[in-house]
Amino acid sequence: MKSVFVYCEVENKKVAEISQELLSAGKRLAEKLDAPLVAMVNGKDLKGIESQIAPYGVDRLFVGDDVRLEPYRTLPHAALVTKVLKQEDPQIVLFGATSVGRDLAPRIASKLNCGLTADTTILDIGDHFVKKEKKEYTDLLYAIRPAFGGSIMANIINWDMHPQMATVREGVMKKEIFDANYKTEVISVIVNEAVSDTDFVVKIIERHIEESDVNLKDAPIIVAGGYGVGSKENFDLLKNLANILGGEVGGSRAAVDAGFIDHNRQIGQTGTTVRPKLYIAAGISGAIQHTAGMQDASMIISINNDPEAPINALADYVITGDLGVVIPKMIKFYKENAK
Amino acid sequence: MRPLKIVVLAKQVPDTRHVGPDAMKPDGTVNRGKLATVFNPDDLHALELALNIKDRIPGTTVTILTMGPPKAADIIREGYYRGVDNGIMISDRRFGGADTLATSYTIVQGIKKIADYDLIVGGRQAIDGDTAQVGPQCADKLGIPQVTYVEEILDIKEDEIIARRRLETGVETVSAPYPVLMTVHGSSPDCRSRIAKKVMKHKYARTKTEMRKGDPVLEALHLKRPYLVIPEWSVEDIEADVTKIGLAGSPTKVKSVSSIVLTATESKVLNDSDSDIEGMIKELIKHHTIG
Ligand SMILES: Cc1cc2nc3c(=O)[nH]c(=O)nc-3n(C[C@H](O)[C@H](O)[C@H](O)COP(=O)(O)OP(=O)(O)OC[C@H]3O[C@@H](n4cnc5c(N)ncnc54)[C@H](O)[C@@H]3O)c2cc1C
Ligand SMILES: Cc1cc2nc3c(=O)[nH]c(=O)nc-3n(C[C@H](O)[C@H](O)[C@H](O)COP(=O)(O)OP(=O)(O)OC[C@H]3O[C@@H](n4cnc5c(N)ncnc54)[C@H](O)[C@@H]3O)c2cc1C
Repeated sequence: MKSVFVYCEVENKKVAEISQELLSAGKRLAEKLDAPLVAMVNGKDLKGIESQIAPYGVDRLFVGDDVRLEPYRTLPHAALVTKVLKQEDPQIVLFGATSVGRDLAPRIASKLNCGLTADTTILDIGDHFVKKEKKEYTDLLYAIRPAFGGSIMANIINWDMHPQMATVREGVMKKEIFDANYKTEVISVIVNEAVSDTDFVVKIIERHIEESDVNLKDAPIIVAGGYGVGSKENFDLLKNLANILGGEVGGSRAAVDAGFIDHNRQIGQTGTTVRPKLYIAAGISGAIQHTAGMQDASMIISINNDPEAPINALADYVITGDLGVVIPKMIKFYKENAK
Repeated sequence: MRPLKIVVLAKQVPDTRHVGPDAMKPDGTVNRGKLATVFNPDDLHALELALNIKDRIPGTTVTILTMGPPKAADIIREGYYRGVDNGIMISDRRFGGADTLATSYTIVQGIKKIADYDLIVGGRQAIDGDTAQVGPQCADKLGIPQVTYVEEILDIKEDEIIARRRLETGVETVSAPYPVLMTVHGSSPDCRSRIAKKVMKHKYARTKTEMRKGDPVLEALHLKRPYLVIPEWSVEDIEADVTKIGLAGSPTKVKSVSSIVLTATESKVLNDSDSDIEGMIKELIKHHTIG
């Protein structure tokens, strides 16, 4: 049966943002293929969870509900998903490129002996002609991903080993409700038939998860600082600017590593991907791993005392100067000119 | 506390952190020849984690395993310089072109030949393919549990090991029985430096392939000091199924590659003068970008 399958992450009865993005992306692929969208969610106390998932246009939803399934652990989730995948036999399977998805998907791909494309940022459907076999394969998944530290984009396909799996980076797929009243068929999975006691050998002793209060992805304006900001104290200047502009503060990895700013505010290849209306990069050189996460901003301002900083090539406004001088002036003139 | 038999998985990678303009060929493919090769950064963290256990628990042994072209023997020497007990190289032209599925199959065939292990540690991800898939796939093929994104080993007990994991939004402490595979996060401690005495002792370590051209002085030395011969395993040595390795065993294929060109936008170049900055702010307000 042709179908597109999405693995949904859930915690405390709330379906993760990435999973909603994936369901939307999965639906777009399913429509191109004229195939149903199938999803699976595993966790505890999931009664009614379909109300969060069905509106994305899900035709069938598998639910594994068991106290032992939350917080996430690799082995039981892998056993459950593998069982359903064997039974459903979808042609495309999507996971989030999150700490859960990147832990789980390779384990499942290994079990199913299939290909897995990591960290994709573009998904599409297309054809491929295999010269050796003189055969045209149609309706393949094009999983397009950055590699080599973000300096290339590779279109990765898989025509001979079923299914075609991919993990998808957070924040790049547009979330869109398909139909608020969409009817989904809910199928309860009998957990004990899929998992065994040995799947629970890894035990979680302690867990500290900070409900992240930062939402860089949706911020219209981001003021990002790099190593050039120089100290945690100087970052307050950036916070001030962000506050009066109604934006969020972000940082480069060098700024995070130096302890100037929290890890969860890192922008770039190994941080968050953002596409705000305005991105202000202060004291950031513009390494490819950083620009990979912000180059789609509608407008970019670079503040750097090095006129040759690579980031300047991307910027709409290049301000050559010391950020300690420039930012206070931006605050001052904004206050004077804004109504 | 018990002594552990540890296998470290380490990969030689092109240094993608310093991609220069000549790193790309005009057709958009990567010019591997122009990129220096380095010890994959996360794998140095994995090596440190293993060596730290060896410091803490006498009797622990650390074996470093790499799969790659002949040049990857650098990884084994680097391991010796920092304190590993053994090195094993998996190298054969037929392994080339492997994706993560074929890579993990090959590595696992090597681990099965080693046979006796309590802990396998690798990096979280390699900086060229960037997939972070090889670790979990190896664990699956070995039929053992995995603990990904490890930041610190908190306790090593007789029958279980306790580790702290670094997640996107927090940390988690878990226990796992042996044998177990761990992937190590870059936020764990940096690797110790080379130890001068060990460099002296191992700098002439070579694989068979490296010795192929013939070097009478080194050959004589290797006869006297057999520990300088780095074991090198081929397809036959690890009893690999040729349909599961290399390009043939790899379901994912690269259809096309394009390089990312930083498109130079028409930029306005300003300085830190009042007039420049006030002018910019006024334009931004006028175009409703801010305000
Ligand atoms: C696998 C991998 C993944 C990575 N992922 C990421 C990622 O997700 N995000 C990320 O950001 N990086 C990432 N990096 C790191 C990246 O390669 C760079 O090292 C990092 O982005 C550099 O940060 P920076 O620009 O703040 O620092 P630097 O490169 O040190 O630049 C500082 C800049 O500040 C300027 N400056 C100094 N003082 C002042 C001043 N007073 N006023 C104005 N300008 C000043 C300097 O001219 C310079 O341009 C990754 C690297 C690797 C290998
Ligand atoms: C542009 C590009 C894109 C690619 N995309 C994909 C993809 O989407 N899916 C896919 O399956 N393959 C992909 N590959 C192939 C992949 O890079 C290779 O299979 C590679 O051999 C292993 O994957 P990795 O570098 O991503 O390692 P990772 O899985 O990121 O490595 C994790 C850890 O595994 C260990 N390890 C990995 N390789 C070795 C080794 N050779 N020897 C010893 N230890 C090792 C190390 O400890 C390492 O830190 C891609 C390759 C390129 C060049």
